[in-house]
Amino acid sequence: MSMRDTALRRPLAVTAVLGWIALTAAVAAAPEGPKLGKPLSPADIAAMDINVFPDGSGLPSGKGTALEGKAIYDAQCAACHGPKGTGGSAGELAGGSALDGPHPDQTVGNYWPYATTIFDFVRRSMPLNAPRSLSDDQVYAVTAYLLNINALIGETAEMNAKTLPEVHLPNREGFVRIWPNSH
Amino acid sequence: MIGAKKGYRTMTEDHPLTDDHLQSVAGGGLLDRRLFLRQSLAFGTGTGLLLAGMDATGAELPAWQKTPGAPFSNYGQPSPHEKEAIRWVSANSGAPGNGISWTPLHKLEGMITPNGLHFERHHNGVPQINPDRHRLSLHGLFRNPVSFSVEDLLRYPLVSRICFVECGGNSNAGWHEEPIQTPVGYFHGLASCSEWTGIPLSTLLDEAGLQPDARWVIAEGADAAGMNISIPIEKALDDTLVALYQNGERIRPENGYPLRLILPGWEAVLNVKWLQRLQAAREPVMARNETSKYTELQPSGKARQFTFLMDAKSLITQPSPGYKLRGPGLYQISGLAWSGRGKVRKVEVSADGGKSWAEAALQEPVMSKSFTRFRLPWRWDGSPLVLKSRAIDETGYQQPERAALVAERGRNGYFHYNAIVSWAVAPDGSLSHVYA
Repeated sequence: MSMRDTALRRPLAVTAVLGWIALTAAVAAAPEGPKLGKPLSPADIAAMDINVFPDGSGLPSGKGTALEGKAIYDAQCAACHGPKGTGGSAGELAGGSALDGPHPDQTVGNYWPYATTIFDFVRRSMPLNAPRSLSDDQVYAVTAYLLNINALIGETAEMNAKTLPEVHLPNREGFVRIWPNSH
Repeated sequence: MIGAKKGYRTMTEDHPLTDDHLQSVAGGGLLDRRLFLRQSLAFGTGTGLLLAGMDATGAELPAWQKTPGAPFSNYGQPSPHEKEAIRWVSANSGAPGNGISWTPLHKLEGMITPNGLHFERHHNGVPQINPDRHRLSLHGLFRNPVSFSVEDLLRYPLVSRICFVECGGNSNAGWHEEPIQTPVGYFHGLASCSEWTGIPLSTLLDEAGLQPDARWVIAEGADAAGMNISIPIEKALDDTLVALYQNGERIRPENGYPLRLILPGWEAVLNVKWLQRLQAAREPVMARNETSKYTELQPSGKARQFTFLMDAKSLITQPSPGYKLRGPGLYQISGLAWSGRGKVRKVEVSADGGKSWAEAALQEPVMSKSFTRFRLPWRWDGSPLVLKSRAIDETGYQQPERAALVAERGRNGYFHYNAIVSWAVAPDGSLSHVYA
């Protein structure tokens, strides 16, 4: 397997050029459809777009702190995730031992690479019994709480569209991309 | 091989197939893969005589031959005698919509998975979507952001292909320290194979005017999890489908009704069900399911990310744990092989724990990124042994032994386990899962 990975590895530049040629050719070769798509307005898009990227693009206005988030977490999240993000029936959110040790829990503190992912995921998926029920302020506050119980920010630090992407998670560099070079 | 030919020539109705007429092509009693093909006529004749004998007696005719049968039905169901051919559900008791159900691979033959038995992975239940209220929207790095109704999409040019869909977490019990003892479907059955019919995604990306700086497409489902994930533009433009039909009928709710993505050969989490939105972007969104999940922690402490390809895998479904061989004699070994890289080129079977291997017959048609059924005749002499299979795909990739996979990846990766699977056969004919 490693031998194969090595054999497939190509210089990035070459991959990029090949990829661009393939991409252009593929679009040109696409079967033509009846073109029934209806134009989307910027307002249409704003109403549906809830993707949040690591650079902060997609984050809405609003704000929250861990102090505010604790009450929301205790009411909406702790039943499954346990008090302070540990010991629940759902995934562990806080703590976690060294990633090169035996069977480490993979938590926000020791494994997740981006703070923006917490906002993206909580806003779209949580709580499980009532997704999309939290306001953006509440999502910022819960996100702040999860960062706080992992000792990454203080309990009064305000999380908003500017500050959240600036929070550096410890495992940011912990991932090796297999696509495309070793795929 | 020569021995098998000799066996064929000497077999007649007066001299039925016996051990004396067959020589092995590998240890443990493996026979030439073409044996059953050559002798099918002789077997067929024998079966015919047996049935004719039953008819002739008359006295024992069952009730269903003496009274009219059941009326027609609007949608057929399996025989009530096949109640064990079901998905096993493993869900979180506190969140019954978050979990999986397994395809009972050990109860199925051929390569196509019946729609009602296709595996499921839901992050928050199965949405009951009204297709009249569902739309697919394309925005981000497009010149003309657009949305389509389901009715619109049904007018687009459709293509069909047969391919497997496999969860990146399939077979993950293989990482456990001790071999799990469960029927094979409830260990490897987060994989299924269907004919999918849909619109090439490239057609829709083209209509919306995909911009050249788009490198990823972030797909999103309309379920209560709002599942989102990033797909490389190269795959989106290659063989990705926006699928509307599965095995001829409209996709069922648990498999993404009214439409889903199909990315042949790539891990199932990218095959977003209930697809409602595609955002073209320069960078991946780094969603929860491409960072904290579906990444593989390695012994170094680093994790493999964007491990999209499902590598070659094979396993013997007949016989397998849960079945019991009824004494020494002739059996057919049958199993499934597949590779996300392309076609399965060869499957080899061992009946002596890997000391010797025999090539299995591959059921035609063998298709790229599809389940491939393999079969091999086997004469069991009643002694204990270990059965294995290994797949080699058209790129030359060979399914690894478990020890090699664990040595390279450790045991904390959870996803992408594809090692050789071993069944121990005991003298009483029972089978168990072993690491051998």
